[in-house]
Amino acid sequence: MRSARTPLAAAAGLAAAALMLAACTTDAPTDTIDASPEESAAASEGDWFDQAEYDRQLAQRDIEPEGPADQPWLQAIEPEWVDTEEYAVEGGDHTVCFSNASVSNPWRVTGFITMQQQVAVYEESGDIGEFRVSDAGDDDNQQISDIQAFVESGDCAAIIISPSTTATLTPAVEAACDSGVPVIVFDRGVNTDCAVTFIHPIGGYAYGADAAEFLVDNLEPGSTVLALRILPGVDVLEHRWAAAQQIFGASELEVLGFEFTGGDAAQIRDTVEQYLQRGEVDGIWMDAGDGAVAAVEAFEDTGNPYPVFAGEDELGFLRKWEETGMTAIAPVYSNFQWRTPIVAAMRILDGEQVPSEWVLPQEPVTEETLPDYLERNADMPSLHYAQFGGEDLPGYPEAWQDR
Amino acid sequence: MSAQGTAAPPRPEPPRPAAAARPRRRGPSSTQLVYLALGIILVVGAVLLAMRGGNLFSTGNLVDMLTRSSLLGFVAIGQTLVILCRSLDLSVGYVVALSSLVAATTMAGDPARIPLGIAAALAVAALVGLANGLVVTKLRVNAFIATLGTGLIIRGYLDTRYQGPAGEVPAAFQVFGYSRIGFVPVSTAVMLGVAVAGILLLRRTRLGYHMFAVGGDPEVARLSGIRTDRTMIIAHVLCSVAAGLAGLLLASRFGTGSALVYDSGYDLESIAAVVLGGTYLMGGSGGIAGTVAGVLILAVLDTVFNVLAIDPFFRDVLRGVIIIAAVALYARSQFAKRASRVRFPKAGPGDRAAGRAPTRAEQEQEVRQ
Amino acid sequence: MTVDQAPAGPPPGAPTPPAERPAAPPALRFLGGASGPVFVLLILIFAGIFTLNPSFAEPPSMMFFLRQAAPLIVLAIGQYLVIVSGEFDLSVGALVGAQVVIAAALIDGEEARTLPVLGVMLVFGLMVGLVNGLITTLLKVPSIITTLGTMLVLSGAIQLWTGGAPTGALSESFRVAGRFGIEDVPVLGQLPWALLILVAVALAALVLMRSSYGRTLVSVGDNETAAAFAGARVWLVRTGAFVLSALLATLAGVLIGGYAGVTAQVGDGLEFAAITAVVLGGVVLGGGRGTVVAAMAGALAVEGLFTLFNQLSLPSTIRPSVQGLIIIAAVAYAARQGSLPWQRTRPRAPRTVQPTRR
Repeated sequence: MRSARTPLAAAAGLAAAALMLAACTTDAPTDTIDASPEESAAASEGDWFDQAEYDRQLAQRDIEPEGPADQPWLQAIEPEWVDTEEYAVEGGDHTVCFSNASVSNPWRVTGFITMQQQVAVYEESGDIGEFRVSDAGDDDNQQISDIQAFVESGDCAAIIISPSTTATLTPAVEAACDSGVPVIVFDRGVNTDCAVTFIHPIGGYAYGADAAEFLVDNLEPGSTVLALRILPGVDVLEHRWAAAQQIFGASELEVLGFEFTGGDAAQIRDTVEQYLQRGEVDGIWMDAGDGAVAAVEAFEDTGNPYPVFAGEDELGFLRKWEETGMTAIAPVYSNFQWRTPIVAAMRILDGEQVPSEWVLPQEPVTEETLPDYLERNADMPSLHYAQFGGEDLPGYPEAWQDR
Repeated sequence: MSAQGTAAPPRPEPPRPAAAARPRRRGPSSTQLVYLALGIILVVGAVLLAMRGGNLFSTGNLVDMLTRSSLLGFVAIGQTLVILCRSLDLSVGYVVALSSLVAATTMAGDPARIPLGIAAALAVAALVGLANGLVVTKLRVNAFIATLGTGLIIRGYLDTRYQGPAGEVPAAFQVFGYSRIGFVPVSTAVMLGVAVAGILLLRRTRLGYHMFAVGGDPEVARLSGIRTDRTMIIAHVLCSVAAGLAGLLLASRFGTGSALVYDSGYDLESIAAVVLGGTYLMGGSGGIAGTVAGVLILAVLDTVFNVLAIDPFFRDVLRGVIIIAAVALYARSQFAKRASRVRFPKAGPGDRAAGRAPTRAEQEQEVRQ
Repeated sequence: MTVDQAPAGPPPGAPTPPAERPAAPPALRFLGGASGPVFVLLILIFAGIFTLNPSFAEPPSMMFFLRQAAPLIVLAIGQYLVIVSGEFDLSVGALVGAQVVIAAALIDGEEARTLPVLGVMLVFGLMVGLVNGLITTLLKVPSIITTLGTMLVLSGAIQLWTGGAPTGALSESFRVAGRFGIEDVPVLGQLPWALLILVAVALAALVLMRSSYGRTLVSVGDNETAAAFAGARVWLVRTGAFVLSALLATLAGVLIGGYAGVTAQVGDGLEFAAITAVVLGGVVLGGGRGTVVAAMAGALAVEGLFTLFNQLSLPSTIRPSVQGLIIIAAVAYAARQGSLPWQRTRPRAPRTVQPTRR
């Protein structure tokens, strides 16, 4: 870079350094960044398996959650209640701010509709005056700016954050916490516990394990399994695969390979057909159900018997499952979790207790529960998620049908 | 297909009437037009916000706008240099991701290693730029394909080596991403510093003149004694280093390095910003001052859309329309300006018939004058 | 049909003298031309696949492979038309996605709507192509920006319309073209409709490129000024290429939608895959050089490459790197080939024949 003819570039570098030194004395919105917890180190080394967390999640699947059984979004597994009186605000008409990672996939679209419908209930009751949303379009840097803008504006009564990436959003979430506004994090986490509550279903390990255990139980030893994955490096997805690897590793199944498909149906079909061309595939494991139907059709159209299949609670797949009668399971990453942050925000602004870590139940759709979910969602389109948990909201069913 | 050009033009290149064997100062009108557009967008945005009872120029919104502009600013400044040379760089997004990871893993949370981390990230970025430049000049691979290819190569490395975020940036370095002086974020100040350096480079140094010359007409530049390959390689190196700075900024804002940012579309967005800034996509005309305005236009739009809570998908539609409309406006004015230079037509390798006749459009232009 | 479709002669009625070009031996021309490497690459890729997995060479497997490859080849033909005329079309991926989503939303599972919706898609494709072409040619916006803009507008508008996730469902009859074929054909097994459609499109493309329009298209890409002087209406010719590209993208959308159904990600990245395919085929970005056959071979090579990676059990994450290396190597090889003596003449000729100024 420093060619003899470009002393200016060097000068710019010096100027930059000088500016940075000068800046150290100015108002840093986050002066406690160095408080990043140590456990972030494990996650940041790219090793996605954490034995303790894995054991915890697998155990949580069998724990009866507290709360009303017919409202799973209000249930919590082993909650540790925290006081929120310091955040209580008199009156209603609150401005609730929501920094959304994106609505770039059907799961998030479905959830966001549910969230908006839940907000509508509180707007009707006068508790929420304004619901302000920033959508970062899956861009971490954009989301950091969005969160900063909320903090800077100073008129958010509560800030809800659905982080696009765990590690990278940590400093911004900490800055939001420092502003004194109650912060609610849901879906993916961050490497700090500064938020008043962190809402999430049991988690990725449980999801991956549900799917993998089903394959192990329903396939003969020596059978072959193909893993279809969306993207590398996304924590929620990596956890699912890490758990599956544990279980497949301890089983007698042969994992043919794992392929990244980007969730694109055409690529999924290509991949499955190529594996079928090379030999038998007895089971399919997916880290997210996008494009599951295309994978099933690849078996149909090449004249192969249906595999044992682990998809997701996306309706297209559930319908295909029923239609074909294949052996399958639909692990669930509870979509109804999108309602909970709004409820939590209201409770916090009322000074009511909330769980510091609000672990929602996460129950796979099985052969037994399949007919029930199909019936309840009979009018819903494909790419809708069966456990969206919005049946009692006023906008049901139109809001989810004509999204 | 056998008749393959020896020096196939590195860029898609419809013959154009402008020939700039000498460094061409950007006519003030081009940059003025961009800043005029920026001004109009600021006014319209401010009015729209005021109608909603908001203030576009509140500290919060100003900080927001400037912060949004700094990241794309670094990338677009670099992109300007290669586009001026009639090249382009589609690998910048991958370079941003790579350098953020190199910086964060090198620093590993140790404040003493900050200079080492910065140096390592920029060095790696420079190496990628060198590779791009060499492939484009020495192997004569079209820049579109060359940089797409290096981007894919880096992507494979990132996906294989880093499964997710890695490394840790010490708190002292996070100042770069989070501190501000008044309402000016440090990162924006640094970006503007780099922009000034770039402007001086283009206007005051021989290298800068050479870049305009190479972009204007590589053949003429070569014949007039400019080492075109070297100029092109340096432009690519500087472009990647600028992307490396963007990677450093991301690392400081994330507190860690992240491979996933390569999906954020910095490649095409930076090209859009450069063209929005009035730089001619076929090289040889334009400049960094315009690019900064282009970046600011996109940032102002983002902030306004955000404050007005415009649907994110509608934002994409508006962005697309605005980019096309702006470039169409520039094209009109540039075209009119170029018509006066039609007496020096280019007869590079792409032109089969030298001594060609003017196109109808050119004839019309001349008649109108 | 030779592989060589360079503008060897003037467009009919054009007074421009043809470029002088000493003839090289045909065999050398085939291997040495820019298109040569793609055929070598194709042979290498398939030799690799067949060695690793001899059963892949059986006709039924090949049929499946060709059905997979058909959409990309169709897109590559469209992209070729645009690139050879000196432009780019970055909007095809978004257009494919938009068309599939439009089809699903409008058909909504009703068989009876299939044909009308196909008509709507055709009109929509036509409009997108016209917009791309007219903005590029009449408003003088560089096509990379025009089509980047339409890409943003298309993906944004479609998501705005559907709220972010596709709605509705495709009908069975819509899916026939991409998914099914003529069953029980001797030797082949199933003969996919997609393959028949591909063959028809490919033949049409060959005829088109030998027609006066095709020759004009190439000459416009080679030198628009000369072409204009020779009487070509440059803007019309280029707009035609954009329209054809958009229509072929629509067809690819029908094939992909039929093949795989609807997901939110349909079409992602197809524009780069198509451009890569065309360039692998030795077609020069900037226009004027390369054949449509080579572009199709390029698309086949790209698809073959993915199959080869799969047969090699290459880790999923490293594949982009290998792909990047192969693309650069192939194009660099083609550029190097271009400097063989008999290929150098054409670009040099004008400079030696006439002064550069008029």
